[in-house]
Amino acid sequence: MTPRVVFPNKLLPYLLVAPQLAITLVFFYWPAAQALYQSMLKEDPFGLKSKFVWFDNFKKVLADPNYLHSIKVTVVFSVATAAVAMIVALLLAVMAEKVVRSKGFYRTLLIWPYAVAPAIAGMLFLFLFNPSIGSLAILLRKMGIAWDPVLNGTDAMVLLVAAAAWKQISYNFLFFVAGLQAIPKTLIEAAAIDGAREAKRFWTIVFPLLAPTTFFLLVINTTYAFFDTFGIVHAVTGGGPGKATETLVYKVYNDGFVNLILGSSAAQSVILMIIVIALTAIQFRYVERKVHYG
Amino acid sequence: MAEPKAPGSGHDKLMIGQSASGIYVAHAILILGLVIVAFPIYYTFVASTQTLQTILRPPLPLLPGSEFWNNYSEALFGGAGRLGGVGAGTLLWNTTVMALGIAVGKIVISILSAYAIVFFRFPFRMAIFWLIFITLMLPVEVRILPTYKVMVDLGLIDTYAGLIIPLIASATATLLFRQFFMTIPGELVEAARVDGAGPWRFFFDILLPLSRTNIAALFVILFIYGWTQYLWPLLVTNRNDMTTIVIALKKMVSFADADTQWHLVMVTAILAIVPPILVVVLMQRWFVRGLVDTEK
Repeated sequence: MTPRVVFPNKLLPYLLVAPQLAITLVFFYWPAAQALYQSMLKEDPFGLKSKFVWFDNFKKVLADPNYLHSIKVTVVFSVATAAVAMIVALLLAVMAEKVVRSKGFYRTLLIWPYAVAPAIAGMLFLFLFNPSIGSLAILLRKMGIAWDPVLNGTDAMVLLVAAAAWKQISYNFLFFVAGLQAIPKTLIEAAAIDGAREAKRFWTIVFPLLAPTTFFLLVINTTYAFFDTFGIVHAVTGGGPGKATETLVYKVYNDGFVNLILGSSAAQSVILMIIVIALTAIQFRYVERKVHYG
Repeated sequence: MAEPKAPGSGHDKLMIGQSASGIYVAHAILILGLVIVAFPIYYTFVASTQTLQTILRPPLPLLPGSEFWNNYSEALFGGAGRLGGVGAGTLLWNTTVMALGIAVGKIVISILSAYAIVFFRFPFRMAIFWLIFITLMLPVEVRILPTYKVMVDLGLIDTYAGLIIPLIASATATLLFRQFFMTIPGELVEAARVDGAGPWRFFFDILLPLSRTNIAALFVILFIYGWTQYLWPLLVTNRNDMTTIVIALKKMVSFADADTQWHLVMVTAILAIVPPILVVVLMQRWFVRGLVDTEK
């Protein structure tokens, strides 16, 4: 790259970065440093005395069966949400590529859920599927399916995954459509002339060429399922029934903010930080040049 | 976004190897997809036009009822709600202030810092860039309690500033502007300087007009981001008249409580959903571009 032409001012650039830097230091670095520090403190329940205990909180957290259970819940939830949201979106995108004329119409309606807050998506699904007044729950019961997301942990998880995936379909759909458009049509037509049937064309040409998009979306969807779905869990199940839907982020919030177990909550925050760093590193190492807003 | 160069674009003309029946199947699957995507929203709208009694005796009819005006005026102006007399109007206002504040604030501070990082050379330039970049890895979720404590110390609980300011610093918008600015040819800067334009003149007369599309795209995405926030308003608001419509909705709903005013809950849900959907649909062109076409 050629050396950039720049302005020679000395003070101005500092003034320009000052607002962002100030907010970043006060609301990001200071609290993050506090979280790191607190994760190595042991406080008495009244917050009067605290003792530096190095990695004791981490040892305790990682040995806690509730925490290990929460990791399992989060993994199941994330994998299921990412899989459902991506498979449905890919199917719809492939179909939308075929119907050239009405693609715009379908796209306009399919992007609606992107604008719906995750927590509201959860509440809409709960309204439809709750056992007492949910119209679709009644339908399920008439079909002979025993369904009760309020008491049954598996049903609650299914409901959360459905709501979380529903919300994410729009985003994945737009990226798959863009990915499909980037595949040269001549390639697919050449395969067709050679006698490859539609399914074969999809699996041998389209799907491999979509791999970068798919991988990018996998990272984004995992991040989404890990972090942005706090609202769904909080609004729909509150981590219950029992602890069947207590995800890692929900547990940090609940232990720190509701139960006031500070050391443990801070240690959990730090573990989450490590997970985000890993996810971000993967995203930038393998899927460079794509930016995720948030 | 480049239009597909499919033969005969504009019509459902068949590509080589496509069959007419395949097109019908595609339409059928897409319509099924639309039903899945739209049904929860449509049904909420239907519920928002029914009486409480109808909602409590499911299944709900598939068509809207007759209570549209009653329910909506009660939710908006009656102040009846279940939230200590806070009407949906106040909640909508709070949420709008928050979403607009975040979108505008984020764009302003990121465009300024990206401008400094790309068009100036100064000590610690890269260090500052990395300081901003690393905030990608520190979402609110990983620093809940300490950030809350900072908010309390600064007296920002239950204020608009508290809802907005901590969320306007983020690396993504800065990265986007930086990426875009780096594509601007050096000759343009040179020419501006030869013509006697200072840094501010260059910024307002050349850089801002060139960034219009990026700003529009980012605005849509950030508006939605601000409107759909959950954890943050949950932490920094205690008073019902300072909270957002999303949080208020959560507080209104109780499946165990027989007094939940379901018809008003449904109206509130629709009011919480419609504004961001309108923004996304009406600004679709920029939104899709901003989301997908940021690769340079």
